[in-house]
Amino acid sequence: MYPSRFRYEAARSLDQAVRLLHDGGDEAKVLAGGQSLIPMMKLRFASPELLVDINTIPGLDYHHVAPDGSIHVGALCRHADLEHSELLGSRQPTMAAAAPLIADPLVRNRGTLVGSLCHADPQGDWASVVLALGGSIVAHGPAGRRSIPAAEFVLGPFENALAHDEIAVEAVIPAPRGAPAGGYLKLERRVGDFATAGVAVAIETDGSSVTRAGIALTGVGGSTIEATAAEEALTGRPLTAESIAEAGRLAAAAAQPRSDHRGSATYKRHMVSTFVLRILSRIEGTGAGTAERAA
Amino acid sequence: MTIIYEETGSEGGAEIPQQRITIRVNGRKVVAEVEPRLLLAHLLRHGMGLTGTHTGCDTTNCGACTVLVDGRAVKSCTMFAVQADGREIGTVEGLATASELHPLQEGFKEEHGLQCGFCTPGMMMAAKALLDRDPSPTEEDVRWALSGNLCRCTGYQNIVKSVLWAAEKLRSQSAG
Repeated sequence: MYPSRFRYEAARSLDQAVRLLHDGGDEAKVLAGGQSLIPMMKLRFASPELLVDINTIPGLDYHHVAPDGSIHVGALCRHADLEHSELLGSRQPTMAAAAPLIADPLVRNRGTLVGSLCHADPQGDWASVVLALGGSIVAHGPAGRRSIPAAEFVLGPFENALAHDEIAVEAVIPAPRGAPAGGYLKLERRVGDFATAGVAVAIETDGSSVTRAGIALTGVGGSTIEATAAEEALTGRPLTAESIAEAGRLAAAAAQPRSDHRGSATYKRHMVSTFVLRILSRIEGTGAGTAERAA
Repeated sequence: MTIIYEETGSEGGAEIPQQRITIRVNGRKVVAEVEPRLLLAHLLRHGMGLTGTHTGCDTTNCGACTVLVDGRAVKSCTMFAVQADGREIGTVEGLATASELHPLQEGFKEEHGLQCGFCTPGMMMAAKALLDRDPSPTEEDVRWALSGNLCRCTGYQNIVKSVLWAAEKLRSQSAG
């Protein structure tokens, strides 16, 4: 399968890339990892006239912790970099859990977290993770940079908030105010398939109570879903078997799954609840270990 | 080596823009003129005659087209040839020397790691990337590393054994 013909420009700097996008108008697309864009072009779901390759721009492949404790993931940081990241392993359990579950090992070697956010697929795993963590996306355009909260970044399926001449240059995960805990679980028929259901949980605790809770759902609706009622049920109280069971119920209620070849709506809703329970029950030192069994 | 790669010729008399790339394939320098939409898999197969890189699904699922790009295993059906400019490409043809099979190839032979053989080059290249990074993988590590490569014949058991066989052979070679 061949994509439609297009013009290809390997950008050497962000400013050059922005100029190319500006001149290219709506028919220009950014090429980063290409693991969603290239298949879509081959299937002719996307036929951009100009591809601006940013892989040739130096200095975008980083992920690091800033002095204030926030985590910054550059536009060319591959999923595999995050999968093998010691930094995430020790500091960010939700991201560390999600990275090895993205697509398959070969795709993880090319694909990027930022590209996945821009692709805005309702089935995208990182969208849930970054939403649960209250993250944001930094856009670089002709007028400089602006930060867009993850909750406002996706306008609809495959539609993001970037202007045509803006490039998402990094994702930012704010510094936790308490001890971060959580995880990401997804059900897939085989490695690399889209999620039947996926759940991202990111909480912060002050030792006794949950000070912040983020729960977001993958693949169980027309967009990534933030389970706000479930988040509220956890916040401001200790993590107990009862609060976890309540969060599981409320997250399942927030899901909007459709029955399809991957499973019935009832089954998917049940998996959402199970995943919330499983992630929260595994959090050490909260006395919550029996929640999944109790529920 | 220079390849002038013409994929579909001119269209209605209009000139199709080509871009010049320089890559190293299995250690050999190659200069090619490619149309931007040409996939790396097709440059290797049709432009260079390296048909060991198979195109199976053509939809980023099966991993039969796996090659190494600067040492990382990637799906060559999901990367444009122009993007390989300046990069080092490794294909299955680069594994054996003129007289000797690579331990991975020997392993697949010894442990019956293939039946129809279609997925085998991709399996070997994904396994090569693993063994270059980790000379002593566990069975679980091997299964994880090959989880993006589909095989419809073997049930994977013997593929995993083949890779572990190769790892052992490579370790004994480097120890000797």
